[in-house]
This record gives sequence, structure tokens and C-alpha cells, in this order.
Amino acid sequence: MKAHFHWFLDFLHHVHGITEMFGRSLALSFIKPFYLRETVEQMYHIGFKSLSIVLMTSTFTGLVLAMQFGHEMSVFGAKMYTSSVLVVSLVRELGPVIISLVVAGRVGAGITAELGSMAVTEQIDAMRALGTNPYKKLAATRFLALSITLPLLVAIGDLCGMLGGWLVSVTSLGISSDYYWSNAAHYLFFSDIFAGLLKPFIFAMTIASISCYLGFSVTGGTKGVGEATTRSVVVSSILIFILDFLITKVTLGAI
Amino acid sequence: MEQDNYIFFQDIYKSFSDKPVLQGLNLAIERGETLVILGRSGCGKSVTLKILLGLLYPDSGRVFLDGEEITGMSEKKLVEVRKKIGMLFQGSALFDSLTVGENVAFALAEHSDKTAAEIDEIVSNNLKFVEMEGTANLMPSELSGGMKKRVALARAMAYQPDILLYDEPTTGLDPITATTINALIRKTQREYGVTSIVVTHELDSGFSVADRAAVMENGRILEIGTIDAIKKSTHEFVRTFLAGPK
Repeated sequence: MKAHFHWFLDFLHHVHGITEMFGRSLALSFIKPFYLRETVEQMYHIGFKSLSIVLMTSTFTGLVLAMQFGHEMSVFGAKMYTSSVLVVSLVRELGPVIISLVVAGRVGAGITAELGSMAVTEQIDAMRALGTNPYKKLAATRFLALSITLPLLVAIGDLCGMLGGWLVSVTSLGISSDYYWSNAAHYLFFSDIFAGLLKPFIFAMTIASISCYLGFSVTGGTKGVGEATTRSVVVSSILIFILDFLITKVTLGAI
Repeated sequence: MEQDNYIFFQDIYKSFSDKPVLQGLNLAIERGETLVILGRSGCGKSVTLKILLGLLYPDSGRVFLDGEEITGMSEKKLVEVRKKIGMLFQGSALFDSLTVGENVAFALAEHSDKTAAEIDEIVSNNLKFVEMEGTANLMPSELSGGMKKRVALARAMAYQPDILLYDEPTTGLDPITATTINALIRKTQREYGVTSIVVTHELDSGFSVADRAAVMENGRILEIGTIDAIKKSTHEFVRTFLAGPK
């Protein structure tokens, strides 16, 4: 019973820490000094360097989805609707979730490991001792960079997924190229695109808050860095699924 | 009493996860002196320095700097206080993604209105002071332990602080390098007249730089005075600590 109580207190402590990191990073993003160079550097590390894995993941997701949908829908004689189902599910759901999970694994883990290493080697203390706010210089820049780049990565990934789907539809399912794109455009509404870009924006702030909080809180040397990095990926992934459910519920309800 | 001393710790208590570290610390430091705090690992020496810098907050008690209470200050006000203080961290704590020159220039680039050329000149002078000229473009990973300590000292001095804090400055260094670092601490004190607090568990090193010394155990100062007074102390722990391993 006592162990459960301690676990619950620990849980509340972390929830408070992540929430505080979110609020702090958000507020500091709009307060001077603006570390433009650091933010752009982070956008390069987070965005540009994630591009290859995002392109691969999205293209193969589109290829596989088209094969699956085409096969299953042909049973009901609805193969011609493959592109509409594929595009809507890709833009609304699979693109944001899969790419955010990939970024949480690649970037979130990297942020926690980097900040964690800085914490255990007293570099964060040194930064404060030199009069610089580490939450501003380290957390807010990463928060801002991730919030800008993840929706862009998802948009690019969605396009690649659609191209993957197009390739399978044209070469294996016997759907013409014109029909694929016109059918996709007909069933893809602004609300789908809005929900599909709102999700990665919220996921990005979540991943950044979790990875920065866990990085800043590392104790226990290199072992602590490893544990925090793993925890960062696990917690971010779980929260992506929970938030995805909630955002889907809200955005579908609003339609 | 706090009005008379440059730095004054008044009845400081600090615990981590119910483990008490500082238990009623009282300590006064005069302007311009080098005070060495001696004590075993984990007795609260480093925590004392971090409380003075505002990196840690005491559970209770008050800290005064130049007559002004710094406990309970906002982070914004603490930034101004920190500009008066430079700290040499135990593991040097150089920013490993920046070059040596960028490390030394860090505070100036962040907070001063100086031009790049002026900052470069200060960096060059500081590196020369610590006998590390020509290393501005190296990365911290390319430096030895002693070189890192010297660069960290150059970085701590960049803003020309009134106070320098040294956390175990010679721990882990070979005797010759340790002697060089001790000589640098004396040189800094002599040429810049800074108030210095050195925490160490190495007696020879501590005594070689101290104007006064204090022996700390269980988060309290047991004895404080000149080196001679400390050596003649009748306190049982102080005598055991000074005698070292038998």
C-alpha cells in the first residue's frame, strides 16, 4: 500500500514537472533574448536530419496501406475508393502518429540524452552560474524548433505516403493516376488537413516538454542518462496515443 | 554580524530526500580573503557553494552577500548576483559543444554589450593568464584534466567577478598539475584581489592557498581560523581529519 502511495506521489511529481516545463518553455519562447541561431540549429537537427527516416517511413506506410486497402476493398467491389480511404487515414491519423513516434524515438531521446549529459556533468549548473537561463537557452529553443518542424515533417511525410499509395494503386491495383488523385482530393476536406496538422503540433510540444523535463532532471550519472532516455521515448509514445485519441474525439465531434 | 562580513551564511539547513546535508551552517567570509573549507566527501562543502550562487535553495536560514540577503531572491535578481561570482566546478563543466574560446566568451557574449573584437581580446588575455594561449579553437574533449580546470578558471574570470568559488580544484589531478592550479589560485587572488572560497578534501592543496581555513563535518563548521590555529585545534574530529589515514 505504502509502495503504491509512493508510486502515485512520484507520478504526480513527474506530471507536475512536465506541465511546468511545458508552461515555462511556451512562455520563454516569447520572451527576449530570442536565441535565433540556436533555434535554427535545432530545427536543422530535428527537422532536416529526420527527413530521411520520415521519407522512408511514410513512403512504405503508403505502399503497404494501398496494398492492404486495395486487397480488402476489392472483396466488397470498392477498390476504386482505395485512394480516398488511404489519403484521409494517412492525413488524419497515420501520418501524424507514425511520424511523431519516429521523431519521439529519434529526437526526443536525443534531447533527453544531451540535456541529461549536461546535467550530470554540471554544465547546466555552469550555465546558470554564468547568468544564463538554461530553460530559455536549451529548453525553449528545442520546444520552438520541434513545434515548427514536426508539422512540416508530417506534411512532407503525408505527401510521400500518398505517392507510395499512388505507386501501388497505379502499378498493382489498376487504378488510373488521374482517378487516384481526383478521388483523393474529392474526399479530403480542410478539416482533415487541419486535424492532421494540429496533432503533430500538439505532439511536438508534448515530446519537447517530456524530453527536456527528463533531461534536466537526470541524476545518477551515465546510468541515469540511459534510464531517462528510455523513459522519454516510452512516456512520449504513450502520450502520443492518448492525445491522438482525445484530439480525434474533439475534432470529429466538432465536424 | 551579517552587516560586517562580505559573505555570511546564517543557520543554513538543507536536506535532499530527507537526508540532511547542511545542519545549522554558520560561516563568515571577509572581503578579499581566501577561505578554504576542508572536509570529507559528502559533508556539504559543494552544497554550500551552490547555495551562495543561488543554484540551490536552503530549506531554512539566510545568506548575505555584501550586506544584501540573497536567499529568497527571484531568478532574475539572482542573475545580477551571479555576475559578481565566478565558479570553478569540480569536473570543470565546460560546455562540450563549444570551443575553448567560446566557453571563455560565453558570459560576455550572452550579457555584455562588448563587440566581438573586445570579447576576443578578453578571451585571449584570460587564456594567457591561465597559460593556455593558442587553445581557443580546441574542443574541451581535446584537453587534459588540468587544462580543463585552467580553461574553466579563465571562463569563471571572464566577467571579472568579485568572488571566485573553487569546488575541489585539484581533485583527480597529478601532483605537478595540482601545484600549477594552486599557484593559479594564488595568482588570481594576488592580481585581482578577489574573495575566494575553495572547498577541498586535500589538506596540502588547501593549506597552500588558504588565508584562513575551516573544517566542516555533517553540515556544520567545526573549526575556523588561520592554518596554524586549525593545526593546533583540540577538536577530536579536526585532529583525526588532519592526521589522515593511519
